[in-house]
Amino acid sequence: MSLLKAEGVSKLFGGLKAVSNFDMYVNKGELVGLIGPNGAGKTTAFNLLTGVYQPTTGTIDFDDKSLLAMKPYQITQRGIARTFQNIRLFSELSVLDNVKIAYHFHVQYGLFESVFRVGRYFKEEAEIEAKAIEFLKIFKLDDKKDEIAKNLPYGAQRRLEIARALAAQPKLLLLDEPAAGMNPQETQELMTMIRWIREEFGLTILLIEHDMSLVMGICERIYVLEYGSIIASGVPADIKNNPEVIRAYLGSEVE
Amino acid sequence: MNLSRIKDIKIIALSIVGFAIIQLLLTENIIGSFWELNIILIGINIIMSVSLNLINGYTGQFSLGHAGFMAVGAYVSAILTVKFQMPFLVGLIGGAAGAGTLGFLIGLPTLRLQGDYLAIATLGLGEIIRICILNISYVGGASGFMGIPRYTNFAWTFFIVLFSIFFIKNFVNSSHGRACIAIRENEIAAEAMGVDTTKYKVMAFTIGAAFAGVAGGLFAHYFYIAHPASFTFMASFNYLTMVVMGGLGSITGSIVGAVILTFISAALASWPEFRMIIYSLALILLMFYRPQGLFGNIELTDLKIFKRFKGGRK
Repeated sequence: MSLLKAEGVSKLFGGLKAVSNFDMYVNKGELVGLIGPNGAGKTTAFNLLTGVYQPTTGTIDFDDKSLLAMKPYQITQRGIARTFQNIRLFSELSVLDNVKIAYHFHVQYGLFESVFRVGRYFKEEAEIEAKAIEFLKIFKLDDKKDEIAKNLPYGAQRRLEIARALAAQPKLLLLDEPAAGMNPQETQELMTMIRWIREEFGLTILLIEHDMSLVMGICERIYVLEYGSIIASGVPADIKNNPEVIRAYLGSEVE
Repeated sequence: MNLSRIKDIKIIALSIVGFAIIQLLLTENIIGSFWELNIILIGINIIMSVSLNLINGYTGQFSLGHAGFMAVGAYVSAILTVKFQMPFLVGLIGGAAGAGTLGFLIGLPTLRLQGDYLAIATLGLGEIIRICILNISYVGGASGFMGIPRYTNFAWTFFIVLFSIFFIKNFVNSSHGRACIAIRENEIAAEAMGVDTTKYKVMAFTIGAAFAGVAGGLFAHYFYIAHPASFTFMASFNYLTMVVMGGLGSITGSIVGAVILTFISAALASWPEFRMIIYSLALILLMFYRPQGLFGNIELTDLKIFKRFKGGRK
């Protein structure tokens, strides 16, 4: 049973077809990659899946329910969390608060309880704090919990963004170029981590990536996007030898 | 976890002692009526700046129409006490409800705007409220709403200030407040983390407006009169200055900003021609040497010196 299913999705910006006739599915528990040359429409596809943009045509179903006309926060509450290509942390807040915000929509206490500090307030706040620290431990950030997010080194900021997305307790995690700007060793660590969090949290993961070693190393299935259309899909070995993909990335031979 | 509750109780106890001392000095006439007026003005300004800080500093929505909501609170509470002979408390609650409702109705469409556009829209709305009041003869029109009884005294002001500060402090330290701060930090990321950004922007705006309404009620019932000229955009700007001076995102900062600016304008009352010069010089110096405001986004209780008092606990 597919967890996420997009059928015939197109997005037009005026006359520009950013994504056209985009079909994809992601099964529960799968680790799927979305690759393509610069400007192929990968991030636009992500933005369509997360409700930042509404598709011009087509349908997107998640967990057997349509995601059309839903706002990004509603989609997150349904169980899709994401990271961003250009890191978007709450940069002036502490590392701990960054993760705590991801719990916000799970919080039960209301405005009255928070303002007068009665009822569930203290109990739930303690729970949130404990869970947030738990996630920071997984990503080896717990010793930096009081630091301001923007002061973290680049790699740690990337990890924090993933920790924050996981703290929202999603079923599907979308990673937009998680290895961007990382050195080969950091990329290697990231690969191990992505595999591990999938097993640990029983997650389904869809990722956009430029780093071929990462994509070929961990993805079970790959979609290749060029000029907004899917030109190939399949297991990494097939994609590697697909002439269409080689042409898209390297250009065709001169006759 | 109840440590924060103990801290709250300590602060409340300490401020009640402070209240008793000032109240004693007032009843013994050691503090004259000029400074009594200024103490009450400080209280009203604290409510205004702390509530504006919730909108501008914590939620990051630049509003320039705060005096407009104060005007609504002033007039609604005055109508309730004068025309309907309601008790003062009902007047204040009515003023808060009136200003809050208007804040909600105005917030829904205008909070879709961002940055400068929102500032201009709220500036305009503040003026629209004032001009509307100016043309309603039921509340006195251009000559102001006269004959309001003086119900506001130091005790009322003090306890309402205390309530406002604790209300807003507890709000920003809850998950709901964190949602507002997340909007300020990065609206797209906040939305992607499941925060209903529209809801929280409107919520912060409504709460801020309601407290401005309470401040307006206190104001009208101290000066016997509610006059449209008290609620011009210059007044809004004055409150904004207090918030920026103290530091966007610091309640302590807003309180200090309100106290300092009220004192400066009171102390310079006899030299009105120098007042604006010193006022603007102070702001220019502040922008040069401390653009984040006196407190930045730090609270007094965050400072190391306070942590030491708590017994070195982290």
